[in-house]
Amino acid sequence: MTAKGVAISTTGPMLRRKSSSDDRAMRLFVLVIGVYLIVALAFPLYAMLSKSTLDSKGGFVGLENYLAYFNTPSLVYSIQNSLFIGFVTTSITVTIAFVLAYALTRSRMPGKAVFKTVAMIPILVPSLLPGIALIYLFGRQGLINELLFGHDIYGPIGIVIAEVFFTLPHALIIIITALSIADARLYEAATALRAGSARIFFTVTLPGVRYGLISAAFVVFTLSVTDFGAPKVIGGDFNVLATDIYKQVIGQQNFEMGAVVSVVLLIPAGLAFVVDRIVQKKQIALLSARAVPLEPSPDKKFDNLMLVYSIVVSIFIVGILGVCQFAALVKFYPYNLSLGLSNYQFDLMDGGGWASYFNSIEMASYTAVFGTILVFSGAYLVEKGQGLGPIRGTFQLLAMLPMAIPGLVLGLAYIFFFNSPSNPLNFLYHTMAILVISTITHFYTVSHLTATTALKQMDAQFESVAASLKQPFYRTFLRVTVPVCTPAILDISIYLFVNAMTTVSAVVFLYSPHTTLASVAVLNMDDAGDIAPAAAMGMMIFYTAAGVKILHYLLSRGVESRTQAWRVSVAK
Amino acid sequence: MKKILFRSRWGVVPALALGLSYTAFAATDLTVYTAVEAEDLKKYAARFNEDHPDIKINWVRDSTGIVTAKLLAEKENPRADVIWGLAATSLLLMKGEGMLQPYTPKGLDGLDSKFRDKSDPPTWTGMDAWVAAVCVNTVESEKHNLPMPSSWKDLTNPAYKGHVAMPNPNSSGTGFLDVSSWLQMFGEEGGWAFMDQLHQNIDHYTHSGSKPCKQAARGEVAIGVSFAFRGAKSKAAGAPLEIIIPSEGIGWDMEATAIVNGTKKLDAAKTLVDWSVTEKANKMYNEGYAVIGIQRLAKPVEHFPDNIPQAMIDNNFEWAAQNRKRILAEWQKRYDSKSEPKS
Repeated sequence: MTAKGVAISTTGPMLRRKSSSDDRAMRLFVLVIGVYLIVALAFPLYAMLSKSTLDSKGGFVGLENYLAYFNTPSLVYSIQNSLFIGFVTTSITVTIAFVLAYALTRSRMPGKAVFKTVAMIPILVPSLLPGIALIYLFGRQGLINELLFGHDIYGPIGIVIAEVFFTLPHALIIIITALSIADARLYEAATALRAGSARIFFTVTLPGVRYGLISAAFVVFTLSVTDFGAPKVIGGDFNVLATDIYKQVIGQQNFEMGAVVSVVLLIPAGLAFVVDRIVQKKQIALLSARAVPLEPSPDKKFDNLMLVYSIVVSIFIVGILGVCQFAALVKFYPYNLSLGLSNYQFDLMDGGGWASYFNSIEMASYTAVFGTILVFSGAYLVEKGQGLGPIRGTFQLLAMLPMAIPGLVLGLAYIFFFNSPSNPLNFLYHTMAILVISTITHFYTVSHLTATTALKQMDAQFESVAASLKQPFYRTFLRVTVPVCTPAILDISIYLFVNAMTTVSAVVFLYSPHTTLASVAVLNMDDAGDIAPAAAMGMMIFYTAAGVKILHYLLSRGVESRTQAWRVSVAK
Repeated sequence: MKKILFRSRWGVVPALALGLSYTAFAATDLTVYTAVEAEDLKKYAARFNEDHPDIKINWVRDSTGIVTAKLLAEKENPRADVIWGLAATSLLLMKGEGMLQPYTPKGLDGLDSKFRDKSDPPTWTGMDAWVAAVCVNTVESEKHNLPMPSSWKDLTNPAYKGHVAMPNPNSSGTGFLDVSSWLQMFGEEGGWAFMDQLHQNIDHYTHSGSKPCKQAARGEVAIGVSFAFRGAKSKAAGAPLEIIIPSEGIGWDMEATAIVNGTKKLDAAKTLVDWSVTEKANKMYNEGYAVIGIQRLAKPVEHFPDNIPQAMIDNNFEWAAQNRKRILAEWQKRYDSKSEPKS
């Protein structure tokens, strides 16, 4: 059907560039991947929006559900609570991340690589894990609960600490990038004008990274408002939007109200997304071609201060993980502190047992393989494809959209769309495939951006030369594009793998008895009160993700030496 | 293109394979919904398979309220074949909706009369009684100078403020049997008045019925309103727990079995339900529960208080099932703000 449609549309005026069979094949692929994004993203979201205007029998009630929502005080409080968590987390995380990024880029302290690696660790664990660690640290039987001076860790305090842990690496990456594009000439000029270091900081450094800071702030805000792992574990009776969706759907099977809360949650996430896109564009414009990279000069006092600071942040991160590993090994905290592996008997607990761990690895592998193929081919067609301008534009827009959709909302939208008896794709429901599709879609945007960035670095001449040599595009693609972009392809697959291992939000609505996942098992075990096994499973996820990450590091070094030699020769 | 191939691999092929194996090898997969404690599921399936190796049980487990809601939500398109180990009040609700397949299992007569559905043919059969109990952490009580409670009313003592956890009845069957027993024992008005007072002392409501006792076992709270089975298990694991049976009497519910109306595997489902009332099955239930369907077989269970059978109230299941929705709505209106996320 689609092939026919394309064939008709290409028989345009004679003067147009003759479209080869090559072009047609390419357009077909654009359509296939475009259809994927429409089916996996646009349709489910539409299904969710329409669900929010139906009653439980399926009759149209307009905005009645929304009225009911805003007339239920306990639900509306959650909006305030979510915003509160968002603002507090954002200010704390961005501050901590900024100082750490400053230490990593502007000081000459030793051990920068180590500190940077440690700061990235939170990406490798589900957001439930810091909550569990906080219970062991600051709960009623906490190791150091005196430090809270009688305050309760269950509630906003716990949520914010857990969210800071969870969001730190995301903010750090953005701010490091912003700080590393500084132009040394500005600093030289400021010093020549005898500006003091404080003045330089406020008039040169801060304005230079302002877009990075704004961008980081919005990313952190979105993550902390839409995350539900931390509030689920450590939130106590402090309800937030993300936990409300879960509560409405899983606890009360009130899907319509779940859809309403999802729409409410889309607003802050969508706003943050728009602002972030605008700011990102300005950030790029800041970097001028003549900029001179800034080399920090040694300053013993400052370097030591930064070193101490970085150590403190690292202790916080490693400490959280250490506590979880300790919790996993202790037989019966706090009354029997002897160590053993009894908490690893997952088969005796809720959550699906060891099978869920292996399901997670399977799911993550499929996500990495199929996701990378899909994302990279999609990005290639958008970047290098000929013709079909509007379709490629729509495609680009669809590819950016998942970033603005919280995982819980996506998962819920999938229930509405795929579990509808009238949907021919209904057979996907409760399969491994739907978990893979939802995860690829959930993490599509960042992967797509990584792919397009890599592809933009490649000269368009490759395609023209190949065309003049009458080579089909797929040959160029497989023989030239893919090898040259191998590092980016590896990055994408590892990004997808790690996120598939740790994500809870979308899949929590979609797993079935045969496809339980490790991250969801952490959630379910914690729910049943089996917190030590939950910590044990969380650490299994961490070790797996870390192992794959290390493998990736070794692999990409090997690959780079073999496929990236051209970059070095160009630079020289 | 790739997507289509890969969809079919997981969507259609396993479904076909299942269908084939069903007809060709007569080995049957039964989807069994349950609220039985996770740690017992493997044992239940294994014991059943000793006698019927040709039927494979695929468990779907969650808290009572969740399984109930799930079954009700799937009413039009049921995915379960058998329910094995769900509260009788929930099954009564489904019986009212016509969701259960009436069946008289072989050996039904052996069961005590309160474990049998009065309809003929019956729609459900009882397995064991799971009874409310209060788990008190002795170490924490001493630390906070808390007196040992002996009755439900004791728990409203302001001394316990912030030291009590109990399950949310919306998601937990244990939570519901507590609430329904208080309303039956103290009367509608007295019951809510009691809960209003108790609410002042509650630190938080939990999603599952076992969590309060597990939290008490860890000392995360001093007192967990939970059920006797959980308390006994945690005590056996070395927790400093005292299991209290409140003097006013305790709510209880039956774990029961039923066939889902519309199952395509009726024969296998019948085999499982037949087995679920055998003496062998009852002895298995007795490993964790003191009160079972064939009570003459029952042996005392370690760490279980021995006054349980006398303390069990004369529970009106029909009343509880009929009023379940109203009670839960009222409860939610009054107390939900202290609920854990995921009520």
